[in-house]
Amino acid sequence: MVFILVSIVLMTVDHKQNHLESVRSALSVIIYPVQYIVNIPANITGWMSESIVTHHSLLEENERLREERLLLSSRLQKFEVLETENRRLRRLLESSFKLSDKVVIAELLAVDLQPFRHTVVINKGVREGAFDGQPIVDANGIMGQIVHVGPFSSTVLLITDPTHALPVQINRNGLRAIAVGTGQSNSLQLEHLPNNADIQKGDLIVSSGLGSRFPSGYPVGVISDIVLDPAEPFAKVTVIPSAKIRQSREVLLVWPNDYARPDTEQDSYALLP
Amino acid sequence: MIKSEHHGGLIIVLSFLVAMLLTAMPLPEWASNWRPAWVAMVLFYWCMALPNRIGIGVGWTMGLLLDVMQGTLLGQNALGLAILAYFVIKSHQRIRMFPLLQQAFLVCFMVLIYLLLSLWVRGIMGVPPESWTYWMPALTSMILWPWFFIILRDIRRRYQVY
Repeated sequence: MVFILVSIVLMTVDHKQNHLESVRSALSVIIYPVQYIVNIPANITGWMSESIVTHHSLLEENERLREERLLLSSRLQKFEVLETENRRLRRLLESSFKLSDKVVIAELLAVDLQPFRHTVVINKGVREGAFDGQPIVDANGIMGQIVHVGPFSSTVLLITDPTHALPVQINRNGLRAIAVGTGQSNSLQLEHLPNNADIQKGDLIVSSGLGSRFPSGYPVGVISDIVLDPAEPFAKVTVIPSAKIRQSREVLLVWPNDYARPDTEQDSYALLP
Repeated sequence: MIKSEHHGGLIIVLSFLVAMLLTAMPLPEWASNWRPAWVAMVLFYWCMALPNRIGIGVGWTMGLLLDVMQGTLLGQNALGLAILAYFVIKSHQRIRMFPLLQQAFLVCFMVLIYLLLSLWVRGIMGVPPESWTYWMPALTSMILWPWFFIILRDIRRRYQVY
């Protein structure tokens, strides 16, 4: 009876307030060895597939990477010019320039969490400076945010979870919207866009930075389907996430620049049309 | 060897640890909904076999650890496992006499109660599961129970856990 009461009180407190984060983070130290052991086979297979490859395929991969690097560095040249131009224009507008964000690479642990939720565990925690609500991206786009942080590991809520919502804008025209997870790992939904909104199939969706949780300008996804039903007040817009939500092994923890200096955030708001 | 009233506590701890490992082990997507409720099964066995040692408190603690591991609301699994332990302890003498098949059905029923409690909590939170496969752990636990029971019983006799 006592245990039932304690459970119910715990659940209520955990749901409504954040007092129990310290308890959770302390208990996660006990759990970490379990997750570590479970991750070992995946680590070994990863190591094996990396070390047992033929000379030929290594050469091939080397060639491919070289080409990719050439391509990226040529793009970077263009980017640098644009960045200087951007900085100059911003100086004209007397607003401070936003520095690039600090990032750290983290690895996913091959651990299954509760079914029907889109959560993963990563091997970075408070020790590495991770914090609650920290944005997580992979090479292609935004992946999610940290919801529980422990000393050695943290739990990440992915953007495809049905309880996750992300402020975004359409890259082409700056139209703002909210991208909500659907529970399927290959689709998001844009909420509250009117039927006459200027949206097209193939539009790139980027994070808007509103809400000060996610940094602005990271790709989120591409519009794949628009259903206009005159009977409905809003259009049904489906987005395919850019991040490889179910495939990435390495992810990046982002320390948004605005997090350290909140005043720059307001400047960027002022620039919005 | 130290003579004490209790014996083989390490085995019990190990069995719960293995259950946790099996719960966290990655499975292919289609199979992950069919994963048996390992911790609930281990708890069921020890509550039945050693009701004077393993009880509601242990069940509750394991549930809390499970909550932390899976990132659920703190207390969600703890509530279910504590209630499961209560029912098993209450009738452990009867359950011991049951044939294996009947025990398996009881396991199915208990896991269903445990899942139902979790479902309520999820419903209140507003994140109900989308698919009927949510209930499948009860079925797989029932199917695996006879082998599971025999293995744990042999381990208990071999290492004289009492």
